[in-house]
Amino acid sequence: MMKHITDFTIVRREQLGDHYFALTLRHPSQLPPIAAGQFVEVEVRNNRDVMLRRPISIHDVDNKANTLTLLIQIVGKGTRQLSLLKEGDTLNLIYPLGKGFSVAGEHPLLVGGGAGIAPLLHLAKCYNEKGVRPTILLGGRTKELIPVREAFEPYGQLLIATEDGSLGEKGMVTQHSLFTASYDHICTCGPTPMMKAVGRYAVEKGIGCEVSLENMMACGIGACLCCVTDTDEGHKCVCKEGPVFDALKLKKWMGLE
Amino acid sequence: MAKLETKIHNIILKNPVMTASGTFGYGEEFADFIDLSRLGGIIVKGTTGERRQGNPYPRMAETPMGMLNAVGLQNVGVGTFCREVYPRIKDIPTQILVNVSGSSIEEYCSVAEQIDELENIPGIELNISCPNVKKGGMGFGTNPDMAAQVVSAVRKVYHKTLIVKLTPNVTSVVDIAKAVEQAGADSVSLINTLLGMAIDVEKQRPYLSTITGGLSGPCVKPVAVRMVWQVAHAVQIPVVGLGGITCAADALEFLMAGAKAIEVGTANFMDPTVTVKIVEGLEDYCQRHQIEDINDIIGII
Repeated sequence: MMKHITDFTIVRREQLGDHYFALTLRHPSQLPPIAAGQFVEVEVRNNRDVMLRRPISIHDVDNKANTLTLLIQIVGKGTRQLSLLKEGDTLNLIYPLGKGFSVAGEHPLLVGGGAGIAPLLHLAKCYNEKGVRPTILLGGRTKELIPVREAFEPYGQLLIATEDGSLGEKGMVTQHSLFTASYDHICTCGPTPMMKAVGRYAVEKGIGCEVSLENMMACGIGACLCCVTDTDEGHKCVCKEGPVFDALKLKKWMGLE
Repeated sequence: MAKLETKIHNIILKNPVMTASGTFGYGEEFADFIDLSRLGGIIVKGTTGERRQGNPYPRMAETPMGMLNAVGLQNVGVGTFCREVYPRIKDIPTQILVNVSGSSIEEYCSVAEQIDELENIPGIELNISCPNVKKGGMGFGTNPDMAAQVVSAVRKVYHKTLIVKLTPNVTSVVDIAKAVEQAGADSVSLINTLLGMAIDVEKQRPYLSTITGGLSGPCVKPVAVRMVWQVAHAVQIPVVGLGGITCAADALEFLMAGAKAIEVGTANFMDPTVTVKIVEGLEDYCQRHQIEDINDIIGII
């Protein structure tokens, strides 16, 4: 898949509570194909402390409007600077990067937590295009930390777990009553402990599982070798050989061996 | 159009812009973004005798106008490089050089000998300056006698252009440069990364798994320009300058300080098209200043 570097125009900026915002970016011409789970490297301007681009997963793609949407959690200097962008500003992206989800299974479960819910919307839509309606399980400490949950409703059965019980079932996603072995494929993205727990469960039950990792990156294209994860086949670049990995290749990472 | 061609020993570069080892993969990673034939040269990833996994994650931290890395020479090893990588990259229409690394004199020699066989690789950059490996690496580059020993040994088995990459983590880089020139180096490149460290005060631990790592990026440029200028005035062999170059003006600083060619490193992570922009910027500069040959401004300071 050919990679590009392009200036996009911000056509919509939406603040989602204190911690999240969404940017919808218009491409100057036809968008190239973008797989669910792929990401962009965003240039951060006007901040001398932020030299490197920031990897952000692609939340949504609209091929008719030639837009893509990024759901961004404010976690540090880079994302805070990006939160100051306004509609009409331009944003330089390198995209689409990495290997996405395989969109496998007839009865898939998508499990997301925190900013990790971002790629699952585009993924749910990709399943819908194949005639498959996934079950989508989103988790967070409180309901405020599960932004854009309503956006998922048209695309599958939506389940929520919050640690404080403010929405959905109380507890972690892996404690949800419908987090069971009745699915034939699981895709997960979110905090590392959550992904490890979900991945371990899937591997133990013999269910196919894909895990989307979020390591710190510099280049995003497999050149600097900074973002490696320790797979069962040795160090692999999350940016190039991931961010989506087959859980069977991450047994050591999940603490299974 | 000004003449941008320069020469490092026997290697003719169509322009002085090369890529720094470890920041440009094998070149292929950038082929979607730029026409690789526009570059003066590509110095591919540091290559060792055997496959290496490098250091554990996390091995990168962003710092003001720079970054620390502790990749630790992760690479496929010289055997796989020769069998699998070389056939893919050998016909890229630019000069392809290999950065040669190791933990012992024997390993450096063995890798250099195998690369010597590769027809389309006109030279190597001998890395005696990597700060991120436990054995060898920078150890060879911080002592003039050790540096001379490894260069003499490699010189005996390697017959094409031998560039030696120097570390800035020394009291006198000039002493090391003179020692490797004496030992048979055809050129020196500098600077490799500066040994640094950063601490996450919230987590109360270092950012890097290795605690210390190599600092690169715009923050190191003034140190690099100073060292290139000192070395260029002390040795007869051509100097290749690198350290924090992000634009044509940066490249020109190194050329004026005495570098016959430059390498672009960390800036490739910020903008994968930066190298071609620098080539275009050099053309533009020469036109604005009515310079017919880029060599006319090399070493003017």
